[in-house]
Amino acid sequence: MNSIIELGILQVAAAYIFSLIVLVIVKIRGISREKEIIISTIRMTLQLIFTGYVLVYIFENMNPWITVLVILIMEVFAIQNIFKRTKDELSKKMKTIIAGSMAAGTLVSLIFFLFVVIQISPWYNPRYFIPIAGMLIGNSMTGISLGVDRLVDGMNSKKHMVESSLMLGATPKVASKEIVDNAFDAAILPTINSMVGMGIVFLPGMMTGQILSGTSPVTAIEYQIAIMMGILGSVSLTVILFVQLGYRTFFNDQDQLTLND
Amino acid sequence: MFNFKNVKYKDILDIKDLHIEKNKITCIVGESGSGKTTLLKLFNKLISPDKGKIKYMDKNLRDFDSVKLRREVVMLPQSPAIYEGSVKDNLLIGLKFSEKDEVAQEDSLKKILKEVSLNKNLQDNAEKMSGGEQQRLALGRIILLDPNVYLLDEPSSALDEETEYLVIEKMVDHVRKNNKTLIMVTHTKRIAEEFADNIVEVNKGKIVSSGGVDHE
Repeated sequence: MNSIIELGILQVAAAYIFSLIVLVIVKIRGISREKEIIISTIRMTLQLIFTGYVLVYIFENMNPWITVLVILIMEVFAIQNIFKRTKDELSKKMKTIIAGSMAAGTLVSLIFFLFVVIQISPWYNPRYFIPIAGMLIGNSMTGISLGVDRLVDGMNSKKHMVESSLMLGATPKVASKEIVDNAFDAAILPTINSMVGMGIVFLPGMMTGQILSGTSPVTAIEYQIAIMMGILGSVSLTVILFVQLGYRTFFNDQDQLTLND
Repeated sequence: MFNFKNVKYKDILDIKDLHIEKNKITCIVGESGSGKTTLLKLFNKLISPDKGKIKYMDKNLRDFDSVKLRREVVMLPQSPAIYEGSVKDNLLIGLKFSEKDEVAQEDSLKKILKEVSLNKNLQDNAEKMSGGEQQRLALGRIILLDPNVYLLDEPSSALDEETEYLVIEKMVDHVRKNNKTLIMVTHTKRIAEEFADNIVEVNKGKIVSSGGVDHE
């Protein structure tokens, strides 16, 4: 049980049959998606091969600077991805808040998780640092993207309600509380839902990977539980920072709503 | 009480001079799209002018804390927001927003409903009421706040003529009895002529006339 079946080139190549099947299906049915399927298959292959070699290099040449650099690159890509994914045009102030919340929320959770929960040694051990950072940053990125959309949508569609509350003497914080709460809720819901189905509806990727590589399922589960808690913490922290600061970008220093009609 | 000097707001308003008296009833009239609502929003700093000066009680409006000012100069929009919950919840939400600790007794809430001619129970669902009823409920909500200045934007636009007259008459009574100031946008000439101490006429963002009304 401790040894994993190594895949040879031919075995991996055989797996591409699945991609070919999809290609044949879309061709027969006349769905014009062949180009996307081919491109995504090639991209996935090249990206993973590249990452594989990079990781091999990083693991063999453990260096705190490299680990920190990788985390920084991950953060920057995640933040760029959030900007790209949101439907609405974001203000400069809003972008700064998104970047700040992402960096602060994920780094605090990551540091706590690695140094208090797992207690890795040396502190920059990339074998732990990089995959765990990937999970925390990736999930927080999804959460905050949902939160941004919901906050911007809410402010636009409920502008009238917010303004009415201001007219009654509410502070901007109170006037936008419902929208802020909804945004937070929408952002953490996917994480909570995935926890509900975990272990019964599906086996999470990290746990599956560990089991395949020969780790005892009990250890794999312990890691999975811990990482789920870490993800929940990181997503919540990131999103609460974002919504608490983000709603203010819709008001000026005179507590006036700055949304245009 | 309010003084406007060379106030400009975008290309909507251009006011050379405007004076609103304390403890009086001022009606703002004018065609739709003339800038009446925008003008009203300047009084409680929901918006600020791009140019010019507005003074309230001889102090520059810019120097007031906006939130505190809005608790003193309360505005009722033309289609006020109705919050989820009962009539009672909707009456009390203003007190909650303005962080007033006072406890409103059911009796006083019922009295307010009477004052705005709203024949509803405190437990009724506010969201299921008609536009006119919601308008009166929102009016009751700001009366409960007991502000110094009332800014009303066509407070009776969804009411029939008879109810409109009744509601405004009671509102005016309330304002006079309690020495408050009322600034009201209205499209009903009769209301303005009968109740206003001063009428301000706005046309294409400019004040075309402003003056007292002779009640004989």
